[in-house]
Amino acid sequence: MTSRYQAPFAETGPAPIDPEIARKLLDVALAQGGDYADLFFEYAASGSYAYDEGILKSAGRFVTMGLGVRVMKGDATGYAYVEDLDLDAMKHAARTAGQIAAGGKPIAPQAITRKSPADRYPIGHLSMDVDGVVKRELLERADRAARAADPRITKVDASLSEELREILIVTSTGHFVRDRQPLLRFGVRAIAEENGKRQAGSSGGGGRVGLEYFEKLSPEHHAKEAVRQAVAMLDAREAPAGEMEVVLAPGDSGILLHEAVGHGLEADFNRKGTSNYTAQVGKEVASELCTVVDDATLGGSRGSINVDDEGLEPTSSTLIEKGILRGYMQDRHSADFFHVTPTGNGRRESFRSHPMPRMTNTLLLAGQDDPEEIVRSVKKGVYARKFGGGQVDISNGDFVFSLTEGYLIEDGKITAPLKGVNLIGNGPDVMRKVVMLGHDLEVSDGIWTCGKDGQSVPVGVGCPTIKISAVTVGGTQL
Amino acid sequence: MTMQKLDELLEVADGVVAAARKAGADVAEATVRGGSHLSTKVRLREPELVEEAGSRSLGLRVMLGQQVAVTYTSDFSAAGRARLVEDVIELAKLSQPDPFAGPPDPSKLSKPEQHVDLDVYDPKMDALTAAEALVRAKDGEDAALNYDPRITNSEGATFTRASGESVLVTSGGFRGTTRGTYASLVVSPVADDADGKKRSGYHWAAKRHLAELEEARGVGEEAARRTLRKLGASKIASCELPVVFDPDTARSLLGLLASCVNGGSIWRRSSYLLERLGTKVASDLVTVIDDPLIPKAPGSRPFDGEGLLSRRNVVVENGVLKTYLMDTYAAKKLSMESTASASRGSSGGVGASTTNFVLQPGPISREQLLKDTKRGLYVTEMMGFGFNAVTGDFSRGASGFLIEDGELTQPVSEVTISLNLDEILQRIDAVANDLDLRTSTASPTFRVSAMTIAGK
Repeated sequence: MTSRYQAPFAETGPAPIDPEIARKLLDVALAQGGDYADLFFEYAASGSYAYDEGILKSAGRFVTMGLGVRVMKGDATGYAYVEDLDLDAMKHAARTAGQIAAGGKPIAPQAITRKSPADRYPIGHLSMDVDGVVKRELLERADRAARAADPRITKVDASLSEELREILIVTSTGHFVRDRQPLLRFGVRAIAEENGKRQAGSSGGGGRVGLEYFEKLSPEHHAKEAVRQAVAMLDAREAPAGEMEVVLAPGDSGILLHEAVGHGLEADFNRKGTSNYTAQVGKEVASELCTVVDDATLGGSRGSINVDDEGLEPTSSTLIEKGILRGYMQDRHSADFFHVTPTGNGRRESFRSHPMPRMTNTLLLAGQDDPEEIVRSVKKGVYARKFGGGQVDISNGDFVFSLTEGYLIEDGKITAPLKGVNLIGNGPDVMRKVVMLGHDLEVSDGIWTCGKDGQSVPVGVGCPTIKISAVTVGGTQL
Repeated sequence: MTMQKLDELLEVADGVVAAARKAGADVAEATVRGGSHLSTKVRLREPELVEEAGSRSLGLRVMLGQQVAVTYTSDFSAAGRARLVEDVIELAKLSQPDPFAGPPDPSKLSKPEQHVDLDVYDPKMDALTAAEALVRAKDGEDAALNYDPRITNSEGATFTRASGESVLVTSGGFRGTTRGTYASLVVSPVADDADGKKRSGYHWAAKRHLAELEEARGVGEEAARRTLRKLGASKIASCELPVVFDPDTARSLLGLLASCVNGGSIWRRSSYLLERLGTKVASDLVTVIDDPLIPKAPGSRPFDGEGLLSRRNVVVENGVLKTYLMDTYAAKKLSMESTASASRGSSGGVGASTTNFVLQPGPISREQLLKDTKRGLYVTEMMGFGFNAVTGDFSRGASGFLIEDGELTQPVSEVTISLNLDEILQRIDAVANDLDLRTSTASPTFRVSAMTIAGK
């Protein structure tokens, strides 16, 4: 992948960082006695296009660049970053980070070897490099299609955001690895109004893909989907309150896994003993239908990465196998603690943040049930189709996720649309109540961003149709 | 930080505005920011993290006629600045004329001599060392760990100090500078519950001035109390009850109101408060004021993101919606006047926002309010994002305590509370006097006469 956007520190950039300079900085970082140090160079160029009320109202472009230096001594981390990449400024950051080990004996970093990771995001037309007029046209098409789709649509906006993030990670254990991570996100939002009622609908997608994304899912597709949702919700009625059977649609419902089990399986919480999954490896934590993986290798998915932000190559790791907890998502620090191989889940928002175990694409694998049969099996319950997001209390697994499009199921049939409603449950409890699993695994289109400790990273989720025998639906109708 | 630093930032902003004008921009506005911070974390009495850094940013918004674009960079080199200007002109040509786009009328821009000192800057802040910061974090965590043997673990304690300076220069003739500091301490203990569940809790303190920050020990002890009181929490049966929101959760509800009185949400037809000016949107007990001029408060500022002089806006008075909060653009869209509520992001974009958005305290104490509640749910935490601004529909996870005969009794978790926000605010039947301006959106304890609680 070549681009007009290139980091100054790239091999062919104006101020390349080579193993020799990196070695000098690592020497400074470890001079006060740290056990381990790494350098994280990052250059991120991004763009945003906001189409609103029939015009491209604003366009933006953003460039950030810097170096984060981390030094570890036992369980303690020293971290410093700098935006100015001249040698003196970088050395100052390395010294500042190294202070955590003050008074220790200097150690020498290991010999550096360059590594080239696999390419999990083959790109045709890198969005950042394509003429803005092309992107404006994509937005125009979405706007036109949404307005034409239904006379009840009173407001449409569409947006496109793009990013190219170039990173270089050098570690005192000898890694020297570069990656360039593209990211694209497209979204349409429509408002429908009728008889004094107003509702919004939205649709979006993208991932680590180029503009060829739109050959499969057109702007018109997202426009019609946003309109469909807004119009459907005009008839929404008050949702029921209390425990009942819930069927989750495939794809975005994976957000349930992300919250209910994903966060609790990030190894930092388990290293500290603050997760409800601490010391549960080998034990039954979900119904035997459930196999959950974290898979960074899915081609073009929003959560995929060639290397993590500690320079390690992630693979697909099995977290839960037929209901049995197999392992956690690890970064270097937690892997040391557990004496296991790091799983390549060490991620960070930017050079301004230290890495921690994070999810990539978290999936509940397919089962064997027919999705239609799953719905037919429910006498009275809720069908959950679209979600606004979720949250979990790591310490005990209590989680919520909010439904933006849901329907009543009555006598095996999907019937009335329901007003936005929150679902609440306990992770291990709900996972044990997974009683049917469809054969229709879908991975979400690229829209999800995960927040942890103030850091945001792009992620993917996925699952088949899921039936849960009892979960609390937070409606108003008792 | 010194005045010299502000002068340097002004020089960068002046240069970029001039360069953008020279490149063809009719309007150019630059915001330049610098800051430094130190963050230290202690966990189980050992240092876990010491992070120290400085950062800076340069954001530019231009208009070519009524075509708008924004750019941002952290690269202050001559080449970086040239690229910033070149890019913004290219993008402005791509965007399409917006008949409502435009800067504020230059005659309305504030002058530096009108900018009041809001006492949000502590010159002693930057001198606090990493070692001192670690001691404060450790004292906080120690107090929590020592408080009760049932506190068995910890997510740690973090002490942070930060300072920042910011300048805004516009081609309309505005030049303004601000600087601010804050210090904060958060302590997060974990307790083991009888059924094998863990309960985590936290408490935090934050102030603009270091000397005014609460003692670390008190913060840690309060964090321990907040964690311990959750032990034994369980789900209750679905029902309808009065709900009392503590200041943390009340503030969260107030934040939803803030998003719905934002002028941007109104012209986007994305607020349930569309066409509701002058009508009752809350009970008589509710008065909400957005006040940027409160000394030492977290959201205070002498001028807004477009250079207009800050002013106090009464948003809701005795339940009646008096105004939306608007920047110049939203005001033009709505045929109204700006309320000087513009906020400019570091990346150059401008929109309306709140400053110190405060539900005014009532006459009774929190204790009295609880005593007056025969049976109800006292909510101390909420989870999730279950709010639809377009309709006002609200449904979120909640935990807290049952109120029985005016006393907090059984801890409750894993339930949801639901009701349309319009109804929630109309049903507020008691407001306490325990307002704390620790956050820029702030509320005292209040009670909603009835909400649906979904549980077992």
